Amino acid sequence: MTLLLSILRAPRTMGELDLAGWELLLRQAAAANLSATLACLSEEEGLADRIPPAARRHLDWARTIEARHRQAVAFEVREIQRALDELGLPVILLKGAAYVAAGLPAGRGRLFSDIDVLVPKAQLPDVEASLMLGGWAATHLDAYDQRYYREWMHELPPMVHIRRGNAIDVHHAILPETAPLRPDPGKLRAAAQPVPGLPGVATLAPADMVLHSAVHLFFEGEFDKGLRDLFDIHRLLREFGSRPGFWQGLPARAGELELARPLFYALRYCRRLLGTAVPQDVLDAVAPAAPNRALLWLMDQLFARALQPLHPSCEDRFSGLARFALYVRGNWLRMPPLLLSRHLFHKAFISPRTQASEAH
Amino acid sequence: MLTVASVPPAQLRSRLASTGLRLRTGQFVTCVRSAIPQVADGIALLYGEYPLAGDDSFTDFHLNLSRPPGLRGWWRPQVQVDHDGAKPFTPLPLDQAFPMLEWAMNWCVSSRVQSCLVIHAAVIEKNGRAAILPAPPGSGKSTLCAALIHRGWRLLSDELTLVSLDSGELTGLARPVSLKNASIEVIRAWAPDAVFSPSVRDTVKGTVAHMKAPSESIARVDEPALPAWIVFPRYVADAAPELAPIPKARAFLRVAENAFNYSLLGVAGFHAVAELIERSDAYDFRYSRLDDAVAAFDRLAGVAP
Repeated sequence: MTLLLSILRAPRTMGELDLAGWELLLRQAAAANLSATLACLSEEEGLADRIPPAARRHLDWARTIEARHRQAVAFEVREIQRALDELGLPVILLKGAAYVAAGLPAGRGRLFSDIDVLVPKAQLPDVEASLMLGGWAATHLDAYDQRYYREWMHELPPMVHIRRGNAIDVHHAILPETAPLRPDPGKLRAAAQPVPGLPGVATLAPADMVLHSAVHLFFEGEFDKGLRDLFDIHRLLREFGSRPGFWQGLPARAGELELARPLFYALRYCRRLLGTAVPQDVLDAVAPAAPNRALLWLMDQLFARALQPLHPSCEDRFSGLARFALYVRGNWLRMPPLLLSRHLFHKAFISPRTQASEAH
Repeated sequence: MLTVASVPPAQLRSRLASTGLRLRTGQFVTCVRSAIPQVADGIALLYGEYPLAGDDSFTDFHLNLSRPPGLRGWWRPQVQVDHDGAKPFTPLPLDQAFPMLEWAMNWCVSSRVQSCLVIHAAVIEKNGRAAILPAPPGSGKSTLCAALIHRGWRLLSDELTLVSLDSGELTGLARPVSLKNASIEVIRAWAPDAVFSPSVRDTVKGTVAHMKAPSESIARVDEPALPAWIVFPRYVADAAPELAPIPKARAFLRVAENAFNYSLLGVAGFHAVAELIERSDAYDFRYSRLDDAVAAFDRLAGVAP
């Protein structure tokens, strides 16, 4: 097993590493965007004194970046809430920003580049207008990209604050309009929970947070941060698993939202790679959502590789192939084949020419 | 202690091309891997006196310079650098391989290190007291730094001033000095014994050459220095030398502007700059002749001209 994975399974064992072990661990963590997470885990375990100074210095560097990031996220969330306040909507944060705002363990050491929010589709134009008044400007202004986002995707083209440079992704659903699965965003919004201490800000309910994280990881095509996202799910399951009713409700909620398959994958690979404890009756309840045996064998081969840190020490001869196959699969799951071929054709041949002619 | 020069040239090349060479520059160890001859030649020429890190020590940064795959390499060869798999720079023409290594080593420090305030500035020392020369590119900071370190000042760094957040002390890297365009010939004439890497033309910075750090600076790299002066140099043709004091509040802002991680460090960054300003006198320095500059700096340091 990869060193980083074995440490994520049992963070306390960090205390037993020698200097060479630390060097490899830090390299793998940096490649997986988990350096700051590692720093936070070492603090939680109270291992500061058992880490060689040369390695601790790197953890401290990562911790400094994380502290600044946390501060910037808190500020940005307040600004977004202020900009949208007049619409009377709760700002529902998704993914990293939600973990940080809600003070969840999954937010500790979690670095991310944009803030994702969920709003009702009917109010997208108002949200976009309010954000523009607040200083966020649209990106991807090319007519084709606009159509791609507005007609086919589940989000507005990303917006960037003109002074701070921070990005926000405004979603109205958690999967593209063109995807075969259509979890009802109304149900997600109805179950959203306010964040204590942050009026007007909410996160998805615990089960929905896990399901969103799962569908995001297992239905997307890019796995460069795959391990980090799997560790998010691991930490969410550990945190919520101790709350009454969570495990019992999870499989039913997955069924209701048409997300049983991604939940099946999330539980399977969390257990296999990170040793997550999942009650047997939950496993039994999601077992019918498994793909057939041949497909499952293939998925095991692909995910066992793609969910490793993106570091040369974690690669085998099939790693590149596995990532490519999952990239194709991710796009396949976003759009019907005809639309996908048209999209890829446009991206490959027409967008570069448009950009070139605009540059002249 | 083993130095790079203790490795025979053939072995140096093969080690660079396979496991990598673990180079210690001040408080950092960088493992450099590359099969590109210009990289090996540059290291042999300019890094001979630097210590190699032992096999049991920790490596901070892992740089690999290689030729990107693909057909393009046949008609217009390029070099790319990756830091443990991440590629922070776009590839450059192959003859810029050695400058690219230098830029990548700077990038490792300026983008990763957060235990120091990292200022984009040259820093030199005399009698334990240091002068920091922050300045935008083109102001003559490296030229001035190169001139002074051949007239009795010790080089800590020509690009990156590291201010410890704990002690406020400055620690050095003592790496080669990067010179551009006309400065290359000016410093060759000023210090005829200095060793230079071959000039590389048409880089983003114009023609670039690196000058070997003085041996004494390399040997004393682990000796920290205390900040005493912050001098913003500006080369003005035919100007008489003029050292004009800058009010502390203004100097604060100008140092903060030139720091890579001032805002990232938050409160600690504010205190680091404040303490630095408290300990130092700040000046704008206009000059045209290097002899004038040496005289002005020696007066600052209290050395009779």
